[in-house]
Amino acid sequence: MITLEIAGRQVQAEPGQTILEAAESAGIHIPTLCNLKGLSPRGACRICLVEVTTWRGKLVPSCATSVEEGMKVVAHSARLRELRRTILELLFAERNHICAVCVSNGSCELQDLACELGMDHVRYPYRFPGLNMDASHGKYVVDHNRCVLCGRCVRACSEVEGAMTWGFSRRGVDTLVATDVGSPWVDSKTCTECGKCVEACPTGALLDKRTSVAEQEKDPEVLSQVTERRPRV
Amino acid sequence: MEKIRIPVSRVEGHGLITLKLDDGGQVADAKFHVTEARGFERFCRGRTLWEMPGITARICGICPASHLLCSAKAGDAILAVRVPRAADKLRRLMNLGQYVQSHALSFFHLSAPDLLLGWDSDPAKRNVLGLAADAPELALEGIRLRAYGQEIIESLGGKRVHPAWAVPGGVRAPLAAEARDRLLAKLPAARRTAEEALALLEKQLPDWQEEAQVFGEFPSLFMSLVGPDNVWEHHDGLLRVVDEQRQPVAENIDPARYADYVGEAVEGWSYLKFPYWKEAGYPEGMYRVGALARLNCCDHMGTPLADEALGRFRALADGKAVTGSFHYHYARLIEIVASLERIESYLDDDELQSDRVRADAGINELEGVGVHEAPRGTLLHHYRVDEDGIIEWANLIVSTGHNNLAMNRTVEQIGRHYLSGKAVTEGLLNRLEGGIRAYDPCLSCSVHAAGQMPLTVRLEDEQGRVIDERGRR
Repeated sequence: MITLEIAGRQVQAEPGQTILEAAESAGIHIPTLCNLKGLSPRGACRICLVEVTTWRGKLVPSCATSVEEGMKVVAHSARLRELRRTILELLFAERNHICAVCVSNGSCELQDLACELGMDHVRYPYRFPGLNMDASHGKYVVDHNRCVLCGRCVRACSEVEGAMTWGFSRRGVDTLVATDVGSPWVDSKTCTECGKCVEACPTGALLDKRTSVAEQEKDPEVLSQVTERRPRV
Repeated sequence: MEKIRIPVSRVEGHGLITLKLDDGGQVADAKFHVTEARGFERFCRGRTLWEMPGITARICGICPASHLLCSAKAGDAILAVRVPRAADKLRRLMNLGQYVQSHALSFFHLSAPDLLLGWDSDPAKRNVLGLAADAPELALEGIRLRAYGQEIIESLGGKRVHPAWAVPGGVRAPLAAEARDRLLAKLPAARRTAEEALALLEKQLPDWQEEAQVFGEFPSLFMSLVGPDNVWEHHDGLLRVVDEQRQPVAENIDPARYADYVGEAVEGWSYLKFPYWKEAGYPEGMYRVGALARLNCCDHMGTPLADEALGRFRALADGKAVTGSFHYHYARLIEIVASLERIESYLDDDELQSDRVRADAGINELEGVGVHEAPRGTLLHHYRVDEDGIIEWANLIVSTGHNNLAMNRTVEQIGRHYLSGKAVTEGLLNRLEGGIRAYDPCLSCSVHAAGQMPLTVRLEDEQGRVIDERGRR
């Protein structure tokens, strides 16, 4: 076992565990967005940033950083609060997140984070990109306007379902999640219509077709339930 | 030039009235400008059909339920389904709740202060709080009546404002038995308030002869939906248009074909379009919608107390159409009574607890029209979608818009009657506002626009120079 300090408390962890896992098993809450139990860590959103005092205050994503003997981690500070809030505001400003008319209103991790981090306004100008929806599939819809590019759908599809339908297309701020390298979802030859991507999606970007405002419910825990039940080979 | 600004005006939205004077100082022309724009028809494009009720409900905070229900009906047309019977009844119940809350707001909060405290009373007290000081019983009961209508909406949709409960194909949930019992228990008090307010208005009518003659008294067409046998209708049915003699000009019109009958003119001085009856041309094809039009268009109300009241209402014009817009107030009170009578019959109906409330279907038509009677009049949502159900084009004709020509005629009539000299007096401003308020317009809705309404009156000479301006904010 490894002993480290998180948020001023002595914590025991297995070698190879991440800071986030160690914190969670000790009951210390660190906000996350792109991380999802059952999927590999990605470090895409940076909401779970922590300060490692023993690494001269270096900022690291706790979901993707392994624990180390004698490590001292600051999980909550004024600096971290400001950084997390800034990251969140940039996510909101980047696309069109209008909670009032969103299918996931009341069932959205991005919205929950805004409440948790006290984001009462956004200090950056909104970009208002004119992005499309792909509603070609008979069961599901993707609305790029609400996507935060966390990649949970991509990981759920490849790591849990094994279909590898979802990937990323384009670069930088123009990046979009894409089915079968950018063809309309209905034409995908790899999609098994399992719906794991919709459950994994933290926002209203992936939704069940025919869902009206505030009607979409998500159950992201289904991913870890599947992986835990799966026999080890 | 001095601008006088006085707080609070009791209308929804932003407006400006311009009175143009000729060389003799008489009103030559009057215009009612709606000075805001929003663009719902444009930014709905690209969204799914299923999101439309929730999005368009955001057009207005007073009658979100009307847009919600109308949008869901346009969705039904595109899915090509008949909604389950229980869903139809539930939608109707919500709309009746909407009538009660919206009409009660119009009468008790917005108009009763003018009517009961007097046009020339202190503007600082001529509001619902002043009414509460002068007639506390009436003001409180009015507030409770409105709350009752809102409670119906909340019981069905989960919240009072902007519920997203109606969907293409039906509704999301039935009425819980517990909510039904609660609403039934409060119904007698609501009915008593509505009947007393109606009796009060009928008693006072002789005192308001002048207003009735000046606040929009002119011949026009009237349009509304009517049910089978020309019964009063608020959610479905066919369009009927009558003239000032109450003679039908057009009957049994499928509302989906509205564009064959109704044109929309645009004027450079208002963001609100000017719908007109095509057959009569523009601007002669002026027609009115809303409570007054519904009562003029229907042959009977379908419930006992409301039918008795309709008889007394008809007597105002010897059985012809009531053509004074001042009587919108009267018509709205009759509609509250009618709504509460119908609400009682729905609350007694076990089918409202049915779980079969949503027809599931995909895109079966690429175009659909939803028509519905909002409290303020006929409301139209017309959508075109692609094969996946994404909105490609939307047209909304909102109740207040239909009355645009009539509201302009009304401000002209009031201006001619009450303007003396070259100054906008408090009395003139009040009556111009009162004339507009008779229509209970929702300017935010009509241009699908945002904001509060400071109404401004501007006096211009023949060359268009501003002589005087007075407003509130």
